[in-house]
Amino acid sequence: MSKTFGKAFVFGDNITTDALAPGAYMKAPLAELAAHCLESIDADFARDMKRGDIVVGGENFGMGSSREQAVMALRELGIGYVIAKSFAGLFFRNCINLGLAPLMCVDAAKINAGDELCCDAGEGSILNKTKNECYACEPIPPHLMAMLNDGGLLSHLVKRRALITTLPSN
Amino acid sequence: MLPRLAQTLAQKIIARAAGRDSVRVGELIVAKVDLAMMHDSGGPRRVAAMLAEIGASVWDRNKVVVVTDHFVPAVDVDSARILKLTRDWVRINQVDRFHDMQGICHVVMTENGHVRPGMFAVGGDSHSPTAGAFGAFMFGVGATEMAGVLATGEIWIKVPETQLIRWQGKLGHALSAKDMILATLKRLKLNTLKYGVAQYCGEAVTALSMSDRMVLTNMAAELGAQTGLIEPDATTFAALKNADVDMQYAPEFHGDPDATFLATWDFDANKLVPQVAAPHSPDNVDDVDRFQNVTIDQAYIGACTGAKLNDLHMAAEVLKGRKVARNIRLLIAPASTRMTAAAAADGTLATLTAAGAILLPSGCGACAGYGAGILAEDEVCISSTARNFKGRMGAASSHVYLGSPYTVAASAVTGRITDPREFIHVFHHAQAVA
Ligand code: SF4
Repeated sequence: MSKTFGKAFVFGDNITTDALAPGAYMKAPLAELAAHCLESIDADFARDMKRGDIVVGGENFGMGSSREQAVMALRELGIGYVIAKSFAGLFFRNCINLGLAPLMCVDAAKINAGDELCCDAGEGSILNKTKNECYACEPIPPHLMAMLNDGGLLSHLVKRRALITTLPSN
Repeated sequence: MLPRLAQTLAQKIIARAAGRDSVRVGELIVAKVDLAMMHDSGGPRRVAAMLAEIGASVWDRNKVVVVTDHFVPAVDVDSARILKLTRDWVRINQVDRFHDMQGICHVVMTENGHVRPGMFAVGGDSHSPTAGAFGAFMFGVGATEMAGVLATGEIWIKVPETQLIRWQGKLGHALSAKDMILATLKRLKLNTLKYGVAQYCGEAVTALSMSDRMVLTNMAAELGAQTGLIEPDATTFAALKNADVDMQYAPEFHGDPDATFLATWDFDANKLVPQVAAPHSPDNVDDVDRFQNVTIDQAYIGACTGAKLNDLHMAAEVLKGRKVARNIRLLIAPASTRMTAAAAADGTLATLTAAGAILLPSGCGACAGYGAGILAEDEVCISSTARNFKGRMGAASSHVYLGSPYTVAASAVTGRITDPREFIHVFHHAQAVA
């Protein structure tokens, strides 16, 4: 996980998976779906953001469906972290599974659009260079942090090979 | 000896799945999965490549259920390909419990007796809590996590808090479980449950049919709960028998009477009036009469939430001898083919079509903007589905209101959002639809 600075794109409460991965593009290749990520809220988001930028939400970020394309679209665009006051449970799980760090932070509302942020999931901290502030995040349990560090659930499973039901060799 | 730890229904199920006597709220544990359900959108289409990538195969094909519902019937080559891939994967992996175009996954699951009390199950869909109506702990997971379950048969869970949602009293005529859950959402909003368990109880809940109970647990997802639960009772076991479940595998499974809950929320069914959720959120709820000036373009009766046989009966009660208003389209996508057949046999379909309703295939349809019946710019729809997020059912500028099948049908007749109580009199209600 990079320690570089990214620009904050700030969204409100209850950002839905329908906004992150619109149903109409769910059959399309990931790159096309990602180009429409969050467009129902900010039509220019996918065009304006750069790799390494950071999405900031309020309460209940990622609510709605189980579609992990909501996380994949953010990752495809190169979003480094998602910060929110709270996350929808399913979206939180999907983030961990796909190796995108979800940072739960009570001070999320202090972050303004365009602020330069540097995040550390392991330490559970966010540095806001623009405002010269530092925020603490809810620590991610070690079991899940290990999964994140391995790059997500699948690579984590590969490392613990013994538990996987393997293909019969023939 | 330590005093025994009183367990909620959720704790009991998780403890059993983890091979433990009891579990504490907040513990992060790994539990064995009794059943994994996938559909065509998030299922084989996505997990096949993941399993191949890590060289894994399905841990137990008898614990897997696959349903095609999101992209059915195929409307273009892309959806046809997704369906073909799903069918091929099921054949290669010898998954016998495959339901191809038989209806929406959450409904098909219960119709076929796959859900049983005390089960610890995952589904590749956010409305998986629907199974909680039968006292099963089932929650939604993404495709990667599903691949993990298929490879290992296990999943991690943080033991959730349970909050009780208690509905006392008796529902009046032209009211349904949908009005109950919308009223619950009005008060608790989208995040009070904070990924805990929403457990429904009280005499108004006990009085509901299984089909109506499933509306409450289905929309636990909208409450932000990990799952919804209802303690199994006589109604539950009668329904299980009806679905040909071997009762030997349908144990009595209950929470301890002295278990503690994070909160108890009381509601009074006697005071309930029809509820409507305005755009663009299922918790943006008010009494139906606040919306009587809203004119509509489309009325939609569909989804796992609002198109079961019972829901079709509600619509028929309103539409009997009436006509859908001019320039309004009423689309009805019954939740399963079995329910379509039952509705054909009991005359419900004839009542609906005589009123001018257009029947669509059983599947997710317009609910999530995947299938037929989606909306153009600025169009207004009233729908019996679970979600009205911006752009979900079509153009970002379209407007979706949520209501019960009664309310949707009544609105289709007048062309504006309408209180269904004007259409159904207590006298008629007592007779119900034959
Ligand atoms: S009908 Fe709608 S809510 Fe139900 S599973 Fe299908 S898309 Fe989801």
